[in-house]
Amino acid sequence: MPSSALTAAHPLKDVAASDSALRRFLHGLPGVDAVGLEGRAASLGTRSIKTTAKAYAIDLAISMVDLTTLEGADTPGKVRALGAKAVKPDPTDRTTPSTAAVCVYPDMVSVAKEAVAGSGVKVASVATAFPAGRAALDVKLADVRDAVAAGADEIDMVIDRGAFLSGRYLKVYDEITAVKEACGTSARLKVIFETGELSTYDNIRRASWLGMLAGADFIKTSTGKVAVNATPANTLLMLEAVRDFRAQTGIQVGVKPAGGIRTSKDAIKFLVLVNETAGEDWLDSHWFRFGASSLLNDLLMQRQKLATGRYSGPDYVTVD
Amino acid sequence: MSDARLSVFKTYKLYVGGKFPRSESGRVYEVTDSKGKWLANAPLSSRKDARDAVVAARKAFGGWSGATAYNRGQVLYRVAEMLEGRRDQFVREVADAEGLSKSKAAAVVDATIDRWVWYAGWTDKIAQVVGGGNPVAGPFFNLSSPEPTGVVAVLAPQESSFLGLVSVLAPVIATGNTAVVVASENAPLPALSLAEVLATSDVPGGVVNVLSGRTAEIAAPLAAHQDVNAIDLAGADEVLAKELEIAAADNLKRVLRPQPVDYTQTPGTDRMTAFLETKTVWHPTGSLGASGSSY
Amino acid sequence: MASVFEYAPAPESRAIADIAPSYGLFIDGEFVEAADGKVFKTVSPSTEEVLSEVARAGSEDVDRAVKAARRAFEKWSALPGAERAKYLFRIARIIQERSRELAVLETLDNGKPIKETRDADLPLVAAHFFYYAGWADKLDHAGYGANPRPLGVAGQVIPWNFPLLMLAWKIAPALATGNTVVLKPAETTPLSALFFADICRQAGLPKGVVNILPGYGDAGAALVSHPEVNKVAFTGSTAVGKEIARTVAGTRKKVTLELGGKGANIVFDDAPIDQAVEGIVNGIFFNQGQVCCAGSRLLVQESIQEELLDSLKRRLSTLRLGDPLDKNTDIGAINSEEQLTRITSLVEQGEAEGAERWSPACELPESGYWFAPTLFTNVTQAHTVARDEIFGPVLSVLTFRTPDEAVAKANNTPYGLSAGIWTEKGSRILAVANKLRAGVVWSNTFNKFDPTSPFGGYKESGFGREGGRHGLEAYLDV
Repeated sequence: MPSSALTAAHPLKDVAASDSALRRFLHGLPGVDAVGLEGRAASLGTRSIKTTAKAYAIDLAISMVDLTTLEGADTPGKVRALGAKAVKPDPTDRTTPSTAAVCVYPDMVSVAKEAVAGSGVKVASVATAFPAGRAALDVKLADVRDAVAAGADEIDMVIDRGAFLSGRYLKVYDEITAVKEACGTSARLKVIFETGELSTYDNIRRASWLGMLAGADFIKTSTGKVAVNATPANTLLMLEAVRDFRAQTGIQVGVKPAGGIRTSKDAIKFLVLVNETAGEDWLDSHWFRFGASSLLNDLLMQRQKLATGRYSGPDYVTVD
Repeated sequence: MSDARLSVFKTYKLYVGGKFPRSESGRVYEVTDSKGKWLANAPLSSRKDARDAVVAARKAFGGWSGATAYNRGQVLYRVAEMLEGRRDQFVREVADAEGLSKSKAAAVVDATIDRWVWYAGWTDKIAQVVGGGNPVAGPFFNLSSPEPTGVVAVLAPQESSFLGLVSVLAPVIATGNTAVVVASENAPLPALSLAEVLATSDVPGGVVNVLSGRTAEIAAPLAAHQDVNAIDLAGADEVLAKELEIAAADNLKRVLRPQPVDYTQTPGTDRMTAFLETKTVWHPTGSLGASGSSY
Repeated sequence: MASVFEYAPAPESRAIADIAPSYGLFIDGEFVEAADGKVFKTVSPSTEEVLSEVARAGSEDVDRAVKAARRAFEKWSALPGAERAKYLFRIARIIQERSRELAVLETLDNGKPIKETRDADLPLVAAHFFYYAGWADKLDHAGYGANPRPLGVAGQVIPWNFPLLMLAWKIAPALATGNTVVLKPAETTPLSALFFADICRQAGLPKGVVNILPGYGDAGAALVSHPEVNKVAFTGSTAVGKEIARTVAGTRKKVTLELGGKGANIVFDDAPIDQAVEGIVNGIFFNQGQVCCAGSRLLVQESIQEELLDSLKRRLSTLRLGDPLDKNTDIGAINSEEQLTRITSLVEQGEAEGAERWSPACELPESGYWFAPTLFTNVTQAHTVARDEIFGPVLSVLTFRTPDEAVAKANNTPYGLSAGIWTEKGSRILAVANKLRAGVVWSNTFNKFDPTSPFGGYKESGFGREGGRHGLEAYLDV
């Protein structure tokens, strides 16, 4: 796996030398025409994925799910149940792949680790004062270290949208690099932009490059806690960004749409976006994830439908 | 079937935000035919019903005004289709309401359906008739386009309970406004039944809200309402119209005064333009190359 | 999990389009055989399968059809506009109801992907009738004075690239304004027009108002030259357009011609690059490039040439060519063997003249008429592929340094139908658009059509406009 950090010698390393250099770089990225972007996403949404392709896509999608619970009401019991579900999503069919990860708050990491022990399912933890990100840097870093110490394999951090929107890009950059450092070598870093709050596609492209330059292993759309979360258009845009970033730097970065993806049909549309934008190198749970909870059961019902020819119902998948 | 079968009466209700509530007042009033025979009890709307209707109309405005003109045309045409399917019902209601023979009422209903079709066709043409590019004397692109003004209160004509109603309502919503309609006071039933057609015609809830009751009582809060952008006074008499126009001046509502109208005649564009704003956009064009500006 | 995401075949069912073994001419409300009994076969260009045998109109049939249209004209033109409107609304609705059937039919007969017929052609066809239906009773407001009168019988000849859409562009405004119609579809794509005849019957349209004459160029010539035709509308090649212009010389016939093009798609260095790539692809590969307004010349600013071409080539590699009925097909078949031969010969000429040819790895089906998406680089204004309309999936890439140069090159053609401008700078869009000698200029988009929007060319791309309020003029005595 290539290193996820730019070497000191890479020409792009310089762009974060100062706030103004970073701003010049980010504002020099090509603009995004919203109508065209959304049109392209909608057009790819008309792809018709049937039979064998559908079976492949459903299993792939299951393997890419970051099965998530991020509620104030979370308990160890809830997290253990989620872990069991992630490992064996469909107890009636052992050929069903495990999900990629479970995603929990930092205080639940150790419970989650135990629940998925020995399975290959990763534990991801949101950190950095998720979801608002409104805390001092040392509090955020303590949050990250706590999760990493508890065994988190992946850290989902939120950027400071206030800083980003007011143009203090270097502050955002520095926070990401600091968090990256706190992740050490054991945890991969997902950087959440909260695209619904960044508001414009130009901002999403800039945030994507900012995150990747700062060392993100994954760029992620949203927290799932605001009105607009992952959409085909914003995910397409981020896929273009990781594609272009790899072309320029050789570094591959993953993409994680999160929030609002609830049906197999939606998930398959996202996989089509991946396939036809970033390409097949990203069609792997190491490089693409779905941040979701209810999606998994719909994928399982569709999987049962393909296996039996009958439409399944919610009574035939587990509620966790 | 036996002659003695007892028919099922319809409870007439208001139409607000896509739902059919009873009046908040809990009151109704008696509606009779032209000979004084009881037809039904209609809801007697209060000022709170008017307030709720304005809230619903405002909420629907973004979606309806933002829909494509083509889409609005399709929806309005769908209304005509659904009306055609309920033609017999409306012939009966109009005959009762206006004391017309079946054949005269049928002619009124047919004209009403055709009126929807007429306005359905206007949605994507009005901008081409009243908008356009302006050849300003300078290096600027300059385009004027009509836009709907917002929430329009419509006092439906008192005499023409159906054709008149549609003739004042359709032009308001064709261009993307949303409407709060006060039905003919003495003959509100065709209006209340029209609401049932609208509810099943892809017209989004809140685009048209229908209130029945005492016109003067309902119109006063609407005319004074700060979140209503315009008012059509077709159903107000001279005295009431003047009072309402004065109230409407408070937030400078666009006011369409009552005027004698022969609703059987093909209308012009005036009832649409009355509730349209014109927006003009300027943008520099400049010239190319070294002789002018070079980019 | 590391296998490739192969899309399984997802064919639209062809059973929905019930094609009869033979069809007649549609004259005066009836399907009839040709006077001389001649027929021709129409084939599916993706398989070369014969779809049906169709009566071939000759000059005698043209005369019968024109006379039928003439007889129908008196009553039709005297109908209140509101009644004509309702007929057209009926037609629009029936087209919407039957749109999947018509999409499959069109894909079979034309070879274009079902994705396009389903998502572009058919919705536009219905919308066009819907739009002009609304004009039928509003002609007083159209800006041509009070009570503008129709012309009479319209003789209309349409091409094979958008068979039903071109029919809609011709018939909808003609009927709305009170004219009656004799329409000749192209010989390679007669079927959707014949299905349309059935729609006219379902709508209860009076006999003789619409007459459909499948046939070849001789029937078209007979129609155009018929003395009782008052209006000629033609969409097709510039060569035939010029012939028509000569034919009608000295008559009182009103003429609109919508002819060829060599559209320039101009990409500046500040363009939204990913969307520009999509626009370029859509501009030249939509309908296999068999589009008169195709963006067949890419003019790219030198400073981004390399980056843009890399992106473009990468994108072309994802295009899916194959069975037009497969819902995932992006590129379908070329409409006819004749057209394929023309494309092939022009492309060979391009290579011979020194332009650099590139196509993505792309397997072509064994039967049917196919041409891989093709890119020419190192093209100059002097190359044939930069000047002649190829009418196929072939893009010629040229470069420019300044906006003036872009405009000069874009205008340096006898054609003047369409152009595209890609830049994030608004004033540049408007300044360049001002200077372009083209009837349709798309900015940061391409190949967009709408019934409310007039379409037509400058110079040898023809004259007159179709669509919008402007499109009424061609059918009114004004």
